[in-house]
Amino acid sequence: MNDIKKPGVSRRGLLKAGAITGLVASTPSFFIKDAWAADFRNNPKNTGELKLGFNVPQSGPYADEGADELRAYKLAVQHLNGEGDGGMLNTFKPSMLTGKGVLGKKVTFATGDTQTKSDAARASAKRMIEKDGVLMVTGGSSSGVAVAVQSLCQEQGIIFMAGLTHSNDTTGKDKRRYGFRHFFNAYMSGAALAPVLNKEYGSDRRAYHLTADYTWGWTQEESIKNSTEALGWETVQTVKTPVGAGDFSQYITPVLNSGADVLILNHYGKDMINSLTQAVQFGLRDKQVNGKNFEIVVPLFSRLMAQGAGDAIKGILGTTNWNWSLQDDGSQAFVKSFGAEYGAPPSMAAQTCYAQTLLYANACEMAGTFYPPEVIKQLEGFNFDGMGNGPTFYRAEDHQCFKDVLVVRGNENPSSQFDLLKVVDVTPRAQVEYDWNIFGGSLGPYIVE
Amino acid sequence: MTDMKKPVLNDMLLLFIFSAVILLMPFWLEPFGAAYPDLLQKFAIYGIFAIGFNILLGLTGYLSFGHAAFLGVGSYAAVWSFKLLTMNVLPAVLFGVLFAGALAAIIGFLSLRRSGIYFSILTLAFAQMSYNLAYSVLTPITNGETGLQLDRSDPRILDRMFSEGEPAAGLPSTDLFGVTMSGYPGFYFCAVILIVCFFISIRIFRSPFGLMLKGIKSNQNRMQYTGLNTRPYMQTAFIISGMFAGLAGSLLAVTDPLAGAERMQWTASGEVVLMTILGGVGTLIGPILGAALIKYFENIFSSFNDTVLEQAFSFLPESVLDVVVPLMGLFVGSGWQLTLGLLFMVVVIFLPGGLVEGFNRIFKFIRSGKKRKGLVEPTQDQASE
Amino acid sequence: MDAIFIQILNGLDKGAAYALIALGLTLVFGTLGIVNFAHGALFMLGAFCAVTFQKLVTISDRVRDEGVTAFVAYKETPYLEIWFGDTGATIIDYSVPLSILFAIPIMLLIGFVMERGLIKHFYKRSHAEQILVTFGLAIVIQELIKAYFGANPIPQPAPEILAGSANVGSWFGLGNNLVYPWWRLIYLTFSGVTIFSVFAFLKFTTYGMVVRAGMRDRETVGLLGIDIERRFTIVFAIAAMVAGVAGVMYTPILPPDYHMGMDFLVLSFVVVVVGGMGSLGGAVCAGFLLGIVQSFASMNEVKEIFPGIDQIILYLVAVIVLLVLPRGLMGRTGVMDD
Repeated sequence: MNDIKKPGVSRRGLLKAGAITGLVASTPSFFIKDAWAADFRNNPKNTGELKLGFNVPQSGPYADEGADELRAYKLAVQHLNGEGDGGMLNTFKPSMLTGKGVLGKKVTFATGDTQTKSDAARASAKRMIEKDGVLMVTGGSSSGVAVAVQSLCQEQGIIFMAGLTHSNDTTGKDKRRYGFRHFFNAYMSGAALAPVLNKEYGSDRRAYHLTADYTWGWTQEESIKNSTEALGWETVQTVKTPVGAGDFSQYITPVLNSGADVLILNHYGKDMINSLTQAVQFGLRDKQVNGKNFEIVVPLFSRLMAQGAGDAIKGILGTTNWNWSLQDDGSQAFVKSFGAEYGAPPSMAAQTCYAQTLLYANACEMAGTFYPPEVIKQLEGFNFDGMGNGPTFYRAEDHQCFKDVLVVRGNENPSSQFDLLKVVDVTPRAQVEYDWNIFGGSLGPYIVE
Repeated sequence: MTDMKKPVLNDMLLLFIFSAVILLMPFWLEPFGAAYPDLLQKFAIYGIFAIGFNILLGLTGYLSFGHAAFLGVGSYAAVWSFKLLTMNVLPAVLFGVLFAGALAAIIGFLSLRRSGIYFSILTLAFAQMSYNLAYSVLTPITNGETGLQLDRSDPRILDRMFSEGEPAAGLPSTDLFGVTMSGYPGFYFCAVILIVCFFISIRIFRSPFGLMLKGIKSNQNRMQYTGLNTRPYMQTAFIISGMFAGLAGSLLAVTDPLAGAERMQWTASGEVVLMTILGGVGTLIGPILGAALIKYFENIFSSFNDTVLEQAFSFLPESVLDVVVPLMGLFVGSGWQLTLGLLFMVVVIFLPGGLVEGFNRIFKFIRSGKKRKGLVEPTQDQASE
Repeated sequence: MDAIFIQILNGLDKGAAYALIALGLTLVFGTLGIVNFAHGALFMLGAFCAVTFQKLVTISDRVRDEGVTAFVAYKETPYLEIWFGDTGATIIDYSVPLSILFAIPIMLLIGFVMERGLIKHFYKRSHAEQILVTFGLAIVIQELIKAYFGANPIPQPAPEILAGSANVGSWFGLGNNLVYPWWRLIYLTFSGVTIFSVFAFLKFTTYGMVVRAGMRDRETVGLLGIDIERRFTIVFAIAAMVAGVAGVMYTPILPPDYHMGMDFLVLSFVVVVVGGMGSLGGAVCAGFLLGIVQSFASMNEVKEIFPGIDQIILYLVAVIVLLVLPRGLMGRTGVMDD
């Protein structure tokens, strides 16, 4: 960790030399432990500490989500170090976590602000890697940031455990060997939502899409469009809206006379809060079209957003990765310790970040080393349970987690200020799985440089 | 704040000291927690950006609010050079500068028809159009929100021509004839370019061209009455300034081959304006100081979380600690922007003329303090009425 | 036909919002010569006056939700409803319009303090320094709001009775398909009234006459023995108030968050400059022009021909106007030309 700060001594050169000798020594012995024990970036060696980098938005539109992620990370660190009540450590299985740190090392952390901008997020991640010497980077609240940081981590040979990122690209076109995503994606949202839409609104519907004009919006529009069209729905129009438009009236008014009877809002964050609030204001939900009630669907939303949208979210269908009201042991254990520590339930971003940290720590224990390629191999194809959403599988081919997906509805009659989402349906894992080939991309090598 | 005072130091000596300070940054910044490659690179790169901006604002008084467009175009051009031609950084830098220069020629040609706030809004409008398009419809060229990245399957014509066999399994890294341009080598590359840019900036400030620009700044009409057409001078200054920004943009791509659209947003344009004013408009060294300070806040202050604070103040008794840490937490970590905002206000209220003015005062105070005490400051300060 | 009509309505609505937000900025620009980058922050503060007011009237009796054991969750019932029944509920329902009364004195005070404490020291400083100090102030205000209210938008519903849409089409005999939200129509009217009042104030009162004279030639007015400084303070306070009430009224359309000021800052500058420096009428015209053009550029038929045109149309129009008309729509010579 220290020698990297001094100019002249190039860790990369050293690494390169090490990697080449490793390769020359030929492959069969390569997969045996200790063959790599030589060196790798930010090797904690004998320091007795393992440092993780929590890279979350602390300013900008997702600052509240970032703050919640950070709370979850701190909780995970406590639990890993054996403080507190242990949370999901007690329910997560198969687990080698002991509550005595990871591989005998105490877990510590560095934090940074992504500002939800690719540049700032990369600068922050680089600071953690170059200065603080973190062994793993995690967090974030948008797909652009996740993809940017993920590719940086690949170059640097540091594992990246993505936070909230929903674009198909993160584990599709832009997937990386060093990047892992526990969160679900747009494809899974579409697959989970379709049967419920069919049941609630029937198979003869005409949908109008408003889509945030950037990569995440496009992948979601495509996924939802495909899965609703498979139901027999017709897509009347898809319209791209500028990010941060604020006032969406000029995009909402054409919906009124388009003959569509469902409006699908492929927006997230502030855009979604604004467009939904305004669409409801325009009286869309009181309308009757083609003899049916007009409906609005928001394929991805979270409790924090429901809070921002207020009454407008009531009765709206969408999907979410996780909700605190789930009754399984893992979720309950997590909500309990989070609630005891912070006095409020965790958001879905917090849950994914907490789970990611535990998964990484456990993979290190399983590998018996912090050497990233070995840790990666432990995560690839890992089957586990007890972290919420039932039995979960980390697919080796694209590093995407597969688990049950929640279809939720904005609660019409909340019993408390946190009770904003009602789980309508838990779509089983088998229904949202897909062939990893469909999105292209390649993971890249285990060993970098 | 307008006129350059008699240089305190001989230019050559200044350049020498400047070079020494810049090149030794990895050592003397260590106690400040800023001695790691990425931040050092950012210091150098944004220093170049601010120097270039100062050539426009400091010499001509024209306040451009769209300089980030050139930064972004420089980055995109550089990454495309890595993708299409070669991982060598020289062509990338060259293309970055050229494309930014070309764009500056067009935007400058149109915007310089107006002056004052009208000029500012024109440049802002052009930059915002570039940003919005890059974020959405130009995605095939810019890769939109995600940012333009390298890919294993990129053609890289020149590299393929000269190297035989299979490409490496991972992504190639940028290099200068075999020296990898990340980490410290990347910093020294940027630092050398910064020093060259600083030298060019000194020469421009001292040249007849620079004097002409200052003349235009103090009274454009009078200059025109002498039969001089001022436009070509302004146009040249604008293009030079844009090329500096393009250079900075391409260096961002050199040290980290990714180009994102946010680099062109108005906040990025605003940032360089703030850097320059914070450091001192029209001074040689000021913009670099301002750039370094803002980047320092963004990267270091944002990283102080409660745990770090508790450690830093662990000498305090528990009860005091419980008050101090949350209070300090308001200003660092997620509150780093609050401190930055306060800094802007404090500097501009108490130090008209920016940080450099502050240093000048200290310098003068020390010197005059030896001779005569109680001497009235020569610079007037309207703020303290 | 319907589509065109409704886009005109959209454009007017947008334009009214733009004009109202820009009005205070152009007042400060034109009269005081101050480039106020904290104007967006004033708009945001106004919106948070509404939030604060709503929080005040909904101070609640909290009953614990026993179903939740992991943490403490409450079902909240506002005291106003408990004490006053339906009257209380009505007050809460009308919290946004009522909070205007709350916002006016607060915003006047904020404007007064800001001008006396900070802005007046910057009349003679360069525009660059004005930008730096007001931008710094904007960041400070915004971060303080974030530290207290969080970063998430806070919903501010319009009164129940105004929640739906008006059947505008039937008013003009255009059929039943033309509906427009009541609140937006109210916003349109409100901004019309506000803009007119500011005009009337400047045009028909002696006070306004002095201010207008001060805009033209400050020194001479000063020589006449008129305390122009004090009038300028009041102009600044009025500008802050106009920005504030614009913010209050906008909250049902856009749930406010700490960053909304910055989001509107660039836009309001564009409106003011396209209108021409120092011209109130220009700013209003520019607001409506940009609003209508933006609405039409967002129509699917237009976007099919020019993809992405709605992303840049505001700036494109700004560029064209400024290149054709050197001082915007109605700018006066000599104001902020250099």
